[in-house]
Amino acid sequence: MSAALALLALLAGWEALVRLGGVDPLLLPAPTQVLEALWRDRSLLAPDLWTTTYEVVLGLLAAVAAGAALAVAMHLSPTLRRTLRPLVIGSQAVPVPVIAPLVILVLGFGLAPKVLLVALVCFFPIAINLYDGLRAADPDARRLLRSLQASRWQALRLVEAPAALPAAFTGLKVAAAVAVIGAVFAEWAGAERGLGRALLTANGQLETARAFAATLLLFLMAIVLYGACALLERRVVDWTPRTGPGRS
Amino acid sequence: MQSEVEAPVAGPRDVEAAGVEVESVELSYGALTVLRGVTLRVAPGEIVAVVGPSGCGKSTLLELVCGLLAPDAGRIRAAPAALMPQRDALLPWLSALDNAGLALRVAGMSRGAARAAAHEHFAAFGLEGFERSRPAALSGGMRQRVSFLRTLLAGRPVLCLDEPFGALDALTRLQMQRWLADALAREPRTVLLVTHDVEEAVLLADRVVLLSPRPGRIVATLDVGLPRPRARDDRAVVELRERALEVLGAS
Repeated sequence: MSAALALLALLAGWEALVRLGGVDPLLLPAPTQVLEALWRDRSLLAPDLWTTTYEVVLGLLAAVAAGAALAVAMHLSPTLRRTLRPLVIGSQAVPVPVIAPLVILVLGFGLAPKVLLVALVCFFPIAINLYDGLRAADPDARRLLRSLQASRWQALRLVEAPAALPAAFTGLKVAAAVAVIGAVFAEWAGAERGLGRALLTANGQLETARAFAATLLLFLMAIVLYGACALLERRVVDWTPRTGPGRS
Repeated sequence: MQSEVEAPVAGPRDVEAAGVEVESVELSYGALTVLRGVTLRVAPGEIVAVVGPSGCGKSTLLELVCGLLAPDAGRIRAAPAALMPQRDALLPWLSALDNAGLALRVAGMSRGAARAAAHEHFAAFGLEGFERSRPAALSGGMRQRVSFLRTLLAGRPVLCLDEPFGALDALTRLQMQRWLADALAREPRTVLLVTHDVEEAVLLADRVVLLSPRPGRIVATLDVGLPRPRARDDRAVVELRERALEVLGAS
């Protein structure tokens, strides 16, 4: 509630600043002007919104698949762990704006390079959080499974994987929040459609209000995506989290 | 499961079938010697309590018997043993029913069959109505009962209980001790019970083995030999308790 009030106050201040001539609307349009542009250019922005949503969701799914596979592989094999950990960390250090043009050059202007770049941005938080979660399973529960002569696969399926779910969702939520950035950089490097592309052309045409409208849509997309992941988490991780030796 | 373990006192049985034999076992973690020259026998159907101060290697002894650790020296012969870990180690995402049936699932039983097998015991364990409850929604005593049922359903002739009631409040602990004595009278097993509670040992066990502080070695063995059920204020129980405490140097 107080967050909504703070936001409202911020928007009102911003609106007043622009309306009273404190800032050139070409540099910073007022919130109402942004909303106006959003409504006026809706038929222009709708396909862009659809395209970027598509890229982001596919990229996120690809990152989940690849990140989960890698985290499990590193968890099960010390050799893979030693070999791949530097690469996984390195993947996060790659500056997306630098490699985006290269990826576009190799993969073309289609969907594939966008999905790849979104996946690259999202991959690390998913893989590393899931990997840590798999290792964090209760040692007593592990010992118990060992005393029952459980196979490695059973230990993973019955104890480690469920125990890792809360951490995995933390990674997923971080990934959902940053996925949009990957899509924007990919579109800047070469795209025919998408909100990142709309942002670029609107800037070129000095349509600042439309550029802000596109940014607003990206902003909302990240929030909705994050919310969807948080909702999924509540549905899946429905046991009360017990931290440490659970005793009440 | 019952056919495997029934009537353990009816005649001599091989150690391999239902007993435990620990012979001059030594174990160190690096420079830290945990057990030194421990020799211990548990006959089939016998309940032996191991009592000693914290860190004397009691839990390590159970891990050796369950085959989770190998001794540095000495020999261990034991029938298949099921471990009840110190903390209940229930899986927080599973219902009470699924937790109780975990060993059956690991043994390859289907979820439905494991649930049905576990459910047969729920009434006797005072867990009826809590089948679908997660561990967080159960009381401490109920969690220990689910944990014990899980250990029992592993279908092993030997039970290794590691401080089963250490986490409970005094009143619940008393109730659970009585309850465990009844449960073992109904379904006799060979039991190795680790505890730091001398009274608990005297109430439940046929024999009480006293361990020294680390490195743990056996300082005395007391034959309890009292009729069951035993009460904590029986004279014989009190005397044995005091004797054990004296040996441990606590009185």
